[in-house]
Amino acid sequence: MSFLRLTDVTKFYGTTRAVSAMNLAVEKGEFVSLLGPSGCGKTTTLQMIAGFEAVSSGRIELAGKDITHAKANTRGLGIVFQTYALFPHMTVADNVSFGLEMRKMPKAERTERVKQALALVHLDQHAARYPRELSGGQRQRVALARALVIEPPVLLLDEPLSNLDAKLREEMQFELRQIQRKVGTTTVMVTHDQSEAMSISDRVVVMEGGCATQIDHPQRVYEHPSTRFISTFVGKANLLDCRVSTSDATRTCVKVGALSLDVDDTGFSADAAALLSVRPEKLQLVAPGRGRVDGEVVERFFLGSQWLYRVATPVGDLTVLSPNDGRDALEEGARTGIDWPAHCMRLLPAEEMAQ
Amino acid sequence: MSGASRTATPWWLSGPALLLFTALLVVPLLLTAVLSFNVYDPATGPKSGEFTLAHYALVFSDSYYLGIFWRTFWVSALVTLICVLIGAPEAYVLSRMRNPWRSVLLLVVLAPLLVSVVVRAFGWSMLLGPEGAVNGLLQLLGIGPVKILYTNAAVVIALVHVMLPFMVIPVWTSLQKLDPGVENAALSLNATPFTTLRRIVLPQVMPGILSGSLIVFGLAASSFAIPGLLGGRRLKMVATIVYDEYLSELNWPLGAAVALVLLVANLVVMLSYNRLVEGRYKKALG
Repeated sequence: MSFLRLTDVTKFYGTTRAVSAMNLAVEKGEFVSLLGPSGCGKTTTLQMIAGFEAVSSGRIELAGKDITHAKANTRGLGIVFQTYALFPHMTVADNVSFGLEMRKMPKAERTERVKQALALVHLDQHAARYPRELSGGQRQRVALARALVIEPPVLLLDEPLSNLDAKLREEMQFELRQIQRKVGTTTVMVTHDQSEAMSISDRVVVMEGGCATQIDHPQRVYEHPSTRFISTFVGKANLLDCRVSTSDATRTCVKVGALSLDVDDTGFSADAAALLSVRPEKLQLVAPGRGRVDGEVVERFFLGSQWLYRVATPVGDLTVLSPNDGRDALEEGARTGIDWPAHCMRLLPAEEMAQ
Repeated sequence: MSGASRTATPWWLSGPALLLFTALLVVPLLLTAVLSFNVYDPATGPKSGEFTLAHYALVFSDSYYLGIFWRTFWVSALVTLICVLIGAPEAYVLSRMRNPWRSVLLLVVLAPLLVSVVVRAFGWSMLLGPEGAVNGLLQLLGIGPVKILYTNAAVVIALVHVMLPFMVIPVWTSLQKLDPGVENAALSLNATPFTTLRRIVLPQVMPGILSGSLIVFGLAASSFAIPGLLGGRRLKMVATIVYDEYLSELNWPLGAAVALVLLVANLVVMLSYNRLVEGRYKKALG
């Protein structure tokens, strides 16, 4: 029995369907991210779990109890808001203490718990400050401490890191994960940042157009995207139109232009149109004539640790990410061969499935 | 740009406003202050060369004037209180509404500002009069004709109506600054909607309520048209007595003295109120 379970949860705004038949089962202690572009329904889903938005149809269960229509202030979930939503007229300690006070906890115990929570987020020195006297990262931590101090069964994070600058965001990602591991709270995070979702979640729910299109471990989402959208939204991908020539129980043979390739994926019917997806970092530059295709470097970009090449080949333009190993990079206009291992190719249905 | 002209620039820029301010406010105020110390002769009028404190002594010793000051104070305080009690919830409800209703109702709240105070005062005198709509309604309910017009009640009712926008606007403004997430945050921490309102929303709109009540109190205490038209000849407020001294009694120095006492009293009340309330919220809300 999963700890938090969404069954066919659907949300209509008037006649617009914001979330359609969402099914999700979160295990106790798990860190799950809802990932998608803006407007995909991820925040609405979180708001329904929190109880701020009414569920149009479907069920939400928490620890076996139906909470679909429970009031927000009876669910007891810890929530970190995108804007942090700290109480500006209260000190850091009062902010954190508020939830405990609402639970009628005696003052002595409250003080102790607030101290522990602030120590957890390294803010014990700032208890007497007001939120406006803190930096963005510190406010973020106060919001986290305030949500965790009530020891909620589930922690909901709504784009918690999107207001921080890039460097701080990276630090907070690790810290967030560390704290979550330490406390062991079941966590659902909403984010539009795929690297954030990848780096800290146990499982990722990719949402598009109100539907969860793939629920998987981060690595699997990256290596085995189930739709064209996911292959491009989660990381970069070279997508090549191809046609299935033969297909059996173990492998599928496709033709991309004049190139014939064997792919591990199955379930395609012969002569169907399909999409071949290969990640840029899986492509290797080799001497001309030694790889699967030859091409000419059209553009190159220096990314510091890597070079990004755009190479024109007979099968189409390919993006290649090549590690900066200290050797001279290829010039624009240079001829090169491109090779890639067979197991790095993914075959996707050509048409997006109608929703 | 040279150093001299750089230091002169702010003066040039603020010059017109300063000139206007000096000519239209500071000079008349000083003249009024000087006038209030002038000796008054019923036969010849104010004597510009002779000075006395008699007018101030009269204002502070005569129970007639003290009574009027006291009435002005409690009427203004009551109007302020009622405006807070009606205006703050009204602004909150408005801010929670969705368009187009929000815009429509905000316009309804602000619309009275487009109508002259005198017109509104006459409107109220028609409504509150012995044959007016309010008494008509009361009679339908079996409550005999009630004298409302030319009582304190009429003045308070009409002042509240006139002053309400000045309370709604500042509270509305501070509500706009509220992070929409804070109410949800409080709810998620098990606070009831009422506790959320009292502990989270109210303290954050206190600056708005404070400035609203300062504006309302100040305007009510110096209001002239409403008490003049709805209080009748016998119920005076300070502004109407100033008018009487100037235009009926022709005792300009006494009128000037009353006006200055009102000015100082108003300042004292507002500054101490400001210090009392704002001090508590200044540190947190900046």
